[in-house]
Amino acid sequence: MQALEVVKVLGTGAGKVRALKGVSLSLAGGELALLMGPSGSGKTTLLSILGCMLSPTEGTVRVCGNSTTGLTTEQMAKLRRDHIGFVFQSYHLFPTLSALDNVQLALDVRGERSRRAAARAAAALATVGLAHKVNSFPSELSGGEQQRVAIARAIVADAAAILADEPTAALDAENGQSIMSVLADIAASPRRGVLVVTHDPRILPFASRIVSIEDGRIIGEQQGARAAKEQKRPSGEP
Amino acid sequence: MPLIIKLAARNLFHDRLRFIATIIGIVFSIVLVTVQLGLFVSFGRMVTTMIEHATADLWIVPLGTKNFEAPSPMDEIERARALSVEGVTGAVPIVVSFAQWRMANGGTTPVFVIGSDPKIPGLHPWNVVAGKLDALSIPDAVAIDQSYFERLGSKGLGDTAEIRDRRAQVQVVTKGVRSFTTTPFIFTTLDRARIYAGMPRNKATYLLVHVAPGADVEDVRSRLGKVLAKAEALTPGQFGARSRAFWLFGTGAGAALFGGALLGVIVGTVIVAQTLYASTKDHINEFATLRAIGSSGRYIYTVIIIQALLSAVIGFCIAAGIGLIIVKATAESALPVFMTPALTVTLFLLTVSMCVVSAIAAIVQVVRMDPAMVFTR
Repeated sequence: MQALEVVKVLGTGAGKVRALKGVSLSLAGGELALLMGPSGSGKTTLLSILGCMLSPTEGTVRVCGNSTTGLTTEQMAKLRRDHIGFVFQSYHLFPTLSALDNVQLALDVRGERSRRAAARAAAALATVGLAHKVNSFPSELSGGEQQRVAIARAIVADAAAILADEPTAALDAENGQSIMSVLADIAASPRRGVLVVTHDPRILPFASRIVSIEDGRIIGEQQGARAAKEQKRPSGEP
Repeated sequence: MPLIIKLAARNLFHDRLRFIATIIGIVFSIVLVTVQLGLFVSFGRMVTTMIEHATADLWIVPLGTKNFEAPSPMDEIERARALSVEGVTGAVPIVVSFAQWRMANGGTTPVFVIGSDPKIPGLHPWNVVAGKLDALSIPDAVAIDQSYFERLGSKGLGDTAEIRDRRAQVQVVTKGVRSFTTTPFIFTTLDRARIYAGMPRNKATYLLVHVAPGADVEDVRSRLGKVLAKAEALTPGQFGARSRAFWLFGTGAGAALFGGALLGVIVGTVIVAQTLYASTKDHINEFATLRAIGSSGRYIYTVIIIQALLSAVIGFCIAAGIGLIIVKATAESALPVFMTPALTVTLFLLTVSMCVVSAIAAIVQVVRMDPAMVFTR
């Protein structure tokens, strides 16, 4: 996933705002990148553009080799369902569906409706440690558990990129750490990259890369503790 | 159950109060449409009931006759002309006329006298529940329907009255031979009907033509058209259609019934549309989430359409039950609400169409939705 010199102008007339002013950012498989910045810095706008929900005013975005330039909303939706998983700050689970159905929904919108789809959804829930909660409804789950269901929904279709918007913001420290552990495990696969938009300094240890954004511009990029740790490991160590 | 149906159903049933309001709206609308269209069908049938019960391949009616209940006398010469036409084996005269029925207590009420020779196929009473059809040959004999006993001041067989100062005695009683105009039918013989109507012996109201076996009815009708002077030949279907057109559209009765039905459809559509719109608005975050995780527009529209269809099926089933009760309750009335399989299917399709059309407002709302809103809510 790659954004090149992306400019995004929001609003019209006197209310026009340049939310992004030439941002370039890439997300590779196997990395967990943090996008950090103050409110109004353009984090969410960038996430929306990378997530193919908004089109850039200028610049290009490529997702798994596909440019989003000139795509229709339906084509953008197809890119999302083929390559991107989302985790939202407020989970956005369907309150009337069980955890299993919530996860399976991500396969259903892709046209996967066989029994295998249910098995895949159950496996995704097991991956996030909720094998015993498949039949629970969101109202019966804690915040941390709900976020795990949302992560299971994001990974169930083998998305190449997981975009998470403040995934720990609504959680206590313990649950936040736990959710980041799950996301870090997901990012361990070289086929999958995770980009987390956050304000939360407690999750810095999980990052392989930290990107700072301010006033619509990338102002810095540094290696995260996770990358440093991996580099320090003696060769051969898993 | 497919997940998309489960999602739609649970979205719909989640807010029970709103769902019940939707169903009440649909039921109200469909019951209203059922009654209006049921009356329309019933009315259409009742205005042709005499035409359908007559034994005739063709009707000869005075020129310009608009319906069965608008009789005008026709000269017997037309019968001679009809009998001269190849393929015509009989032209049975019948008399139809309004008259005054004077009860034993002196009160009067208008009646509709129908006279036909009881010895040959013509237009005779049916659904006889007391007496025998042959009894009409007895002097002064008439047949009346039991539903008009009170109106005619009669308790049944043997009661007497007067029509045009001539004695009339009830010798035959029928059941369900009713007029939509609420004017009672009085069946009697041809000659007696002429007396009751004050009609000369060389006059008749209609001629019921019998066509030779194997003869082409349309050909015979065409030939009759060439020989008749002040009358015209119509098939029972044509006469029925003409009568229906007059009563349903010429009088405005049909327009009133259709107007009521249309009102029902509009009310139902608005109620369902309002509910689906509000429900979609309530669930807009979920629809945005669906969109964000990559669902196609069609998937989301399908969810909304399924909600509309579920509402339609549930609402229709309840409405159909109420409709059946109304049909049974009005079966003995002057104008019963009539229900046919075709009308039931039509009402179901109408309900479905109404609900699907109602979904448009909700779909438009979803089309305008920005999936990126999931990041800000």
